[in-house]
Amino acid sequence: MSLELRGITKQFGSLVANDDINFKVEAGEIHAILGENGAGKSTLMNIVYGLLAPDKGQILVDGQEIKIKSPLDALAAGIGMVHQHFMLIPVFTVAENIVLGHEKTNRAGLLDLATAREEIIRVSKEFNFEVDPDALIEDLPVGIQQRVEIIRALIYNSKILILDEPTAVLTPQETDELLANMKKLRDSGRSIVFITHKLREVKAVADRISIIRRGKVVGTVQPSASQEEMASLMVGRPVDLTVNKADGKPGKTILEMVDLNVLDTTGRALASKINLTVSAGEVVAVAGVQGNGQSELAEAIVGLREHLTGSIKLSGNELIGRSVDECLKAGIAYVPESRELDGLISSFSITENLILDTHGEAPYSKGIFYKPAMAHQVALERIKEFDIRAQSANDPASSLSGGNKQKVVLARELSRPVELVVVCQPTRGLDVGSIEFVHQRLISERDSGRAVLLFSTELDEVFALADRIAIMYRGEIIAIVPATASREEVGLYMAGIRTATAKGGAA
Amino acid sequence: MIKKILDKTLLPLFAFLLALFVGGLVIGFTDNKVLAKISSPIEFLKILGSTVGNAYLALFQGAIYDPNLAEGKSFMAGFYPLSETMVATAPLILCGLSVALAFKSGLFNIGAQGQFIFGAVGASYIGFKYEMPMVMHIMVATLAGLILAALWGGIVGLLKAKTGAHEVIVTIMLNYIAAKFLLFLLSTQYFLRPGRLDPIAPSVKETAKLPSLFGVDYRVNIGIFIALAAAVFIWWLLNRSIIGFRFRAVGANSSAARTAGISVSAAMIATMAISGALAGMGGAIHTLGNQYELTDTVAATFGFDAITVALLGRGTPLGVVLASFLFAGLRVGGQTMQANVGVPVEIVLVIQALVVLFIAAPDLVKRIFKLRNLQEASAMASKGWNG
Repeated sequence: MSLELRGITKQFGSLVANDDINFKVEAGEIHAILGENGAGKSTLMNIVYGLLAPDKGQILVDGQEIKIKSPLDALAAGIGMVHQHFMLIPVFTVAENIVLGHEKTNRAGLLDLATAREEIIRVSKEFNFEVDPDALIEDLPVGIQQRVEIIRALIYNSKILILDEPTAVLTPQETDELLANMKKLRDSGRSIVFITHKLREVKAVADRISIIRRGKVVGTVQPSASQEEMASLMVGRPVDLTVNKADGKPGKTILEMVDLNVLDTTGRALASKINLTVSAGEVVAVAGVQGNGQSELAEAIVGLREHLTGSIKLSGNELIGRSVDECLKAGIAYVPESRELDGLISSFSITENLILDTHGEAPYSKGIFYKPAMAHQVALERIKEFDIRAQSANDPASSLSGGNKQKVVLARELSRPVELVVVCQPTRGLDVGSIEFVHQRLISERDSGRAVLLFSTELDEVFALADRIAIMYRGEIIAIVPATASREEVGLYMAGIRTATAKGGAA
Repeated sequence: MIKKILDKTLLPLFAFLLALFVGGLVIGFTDNKVLAKISSPIEFLKILGSTVGNAYLALFQGAIYDPNLAEGKSFMAGFYPLSETMVATAPLILCGLSVALAFKSGLFNIGAQGQFIFGAVGASYIGFKYEMPMVMHIMVATLAGLILAALWGGIVGLLKAKTGAHEVIVTIMLNYIAAKFLLFLLSTQYFLRPGRLDPIAPSVKETAKLPSLFGVDYRVNIGIFIALAAAVFIWWLLNRSIIGFRFRAVGANSSAARTAGISVSAAMIATMAISGALAGMGGAIHTLGNQYELTDTVAATFGFDAITVALLGRGTPLGVVLASFLFAGLRVGGQTMQANVGVPVEIVLVIQALVVLFIAAPDLVKRIFKLRNLQEASAMASKGWNG
């Protein structure tokens, strides 16, 4: 089936979220909608799925105009949606989640799960999904949970699938699997609308790419188009995706970890035998698949972990045993992995977030007196320096887009007098423009003589920024390679394969 | 902005009006005289109107100003009920602040009742046991109550910070312990009034009694100013001190606060100690201001009403002050309502409950008062656009 949108317009107050959008996905096609956060992608898809009513415009399925007033209408028309945040009940099984809202009973009046189970197994087999209908959702990895959502759409006979930012929550491996599955679905004759802001993925699977900026379709390109071209259309100005940097000039050692073990409360090692140094004027990237001890190692450096053995020295001073506050004050800037959870307080104003770890210092306070006026003044400077797009410094952090939230965290951390910058997944979930900003800023931190320790699961990012790359696997650093190493070599290390070519590795 | 003002001021006001309306129906439909006329609609509405009107008039006269009391005396004499309301307001403000402060730090302090008791115990003991000059006696007695209650509250913070024990369970249990401990104290020779067998302590000395504001005819005393000063202090603490900054940070997102180097345990312990001190101060001024003698029922239901007051006041000091005044007025006026027009005092509890209910169901109030469209439009503008 084909899906066509004609002249879709949707306005919220003075904001035109969708402005005369025309778009068509053919049967057996993957059509990507590419756009930055806030470009109007989700609004458009919520209109198609019946969650929002358009002010103007038509929706056509196979050339016939249809009215979609609710998700039920959309389902009936063969349109299925996989949301960015899954609509699954964690304590229910896969089968129970799938029948939810469409429960059928058998002759005894009991819930008929048997049919649902058969259906799940049938669809699973057809696409090689390997989903156990009796598994509890909460026990399943995120990638499999997403497949459950897809299976649900398929079981209800959806011929047009809308995937809203499906890779945002996935690991690189899971992403690859999803992309492969999308191709299988396409080859089975289904149409897929793939909403994303990630260029690499678009190039990998899409047959056509429509780019949305500020509510308008600004162009439709073939996947053969260059990433730069697509990024420029998204952002509305030329974008340089390669990070311009000279070779690092490493100075004296700033961070030195010797035989560091990070243990959990039961004494199990989360990261073990860590030997790593970071010098001034150098970016060391710790690469690895998510969940191999990187987060724990980062937390250990700033004092967020309790059970440590070995040594962490910052310019010769031992950090183990110090509180978080003491570690930060010793000269560490820390950008945590989760902005929402650890980096910011959403209900606090931008100003308050900008002084979260310096609120007790001059000029924001004197004794126990907090001086909001001073904080506000400094906040205005930071907002300007870091180009934080906010209406007012008094607005809550929750009102900012992802990129601007990250800029708030960076502005706070980098404005302190620090020697070491520890950043974790600094561009996760950010749009192209923000990624560019964050990368340039990290390189300029390096060039100003700070030591930068980057934790990233994105190989692109690791290669764009690093002077040296340490690869973590199952809690250990299994190799340290120069930035000139090949992608393949680092990829093998990430998969835990130790090769003889390891240079300077701790293994 | 519109939404903010709407939520903060109009909503509690409308909830109160709605509660009065529903409360009025309850008054009418539980009155035999009214029900007797149910067959003739016009008569029925008339008598319903006058019954409910009289009841609420009595409520007002019992809580604020009663012209009957002024008759033959000065105009001011009519304000005796307001004086009584103020007396009841003061401890409620302090207990309400105790709960509200804990809220801001992300803790649910159900323990104001127990903390209040310790405040009363400390103030009472110093008050009847020792001889001191006037001002000093009040200060020392209040301080004693405050410290005991701060320790009692601090235990909760300590348990939560060090062992992760949930503060709701801990405070509920500590309330029982405090109540029974008070009963025990009143059976010992240290507290029991000589010659008495029922649980009552000696009256505090004249030097420890809070001075009244308008002479002996009115019970209102400087306690109300102490309470208001505490409200201003808590506002300052939360908004203009780095301690309050930390409390709010921990309350809003303890994980981010910890990452920023704020000690979550220290904030929890300090919060509970200050919360305890506030409720304890309530106990102290209640004892030194108008009870004078410690009994096993000294805390009445202050500690529990405090939770409602804090919720109604939306956790802000000003809100707590207003909500306390409202609640105290309802309580005090309710007595007069029962005496003058025979409407049971329990109806006041129904109105209180309804106010809270409507506050807890904001959408209901918005719908009834047709505030819905405005609300939805603003919610749409802030949501839908995340592309």
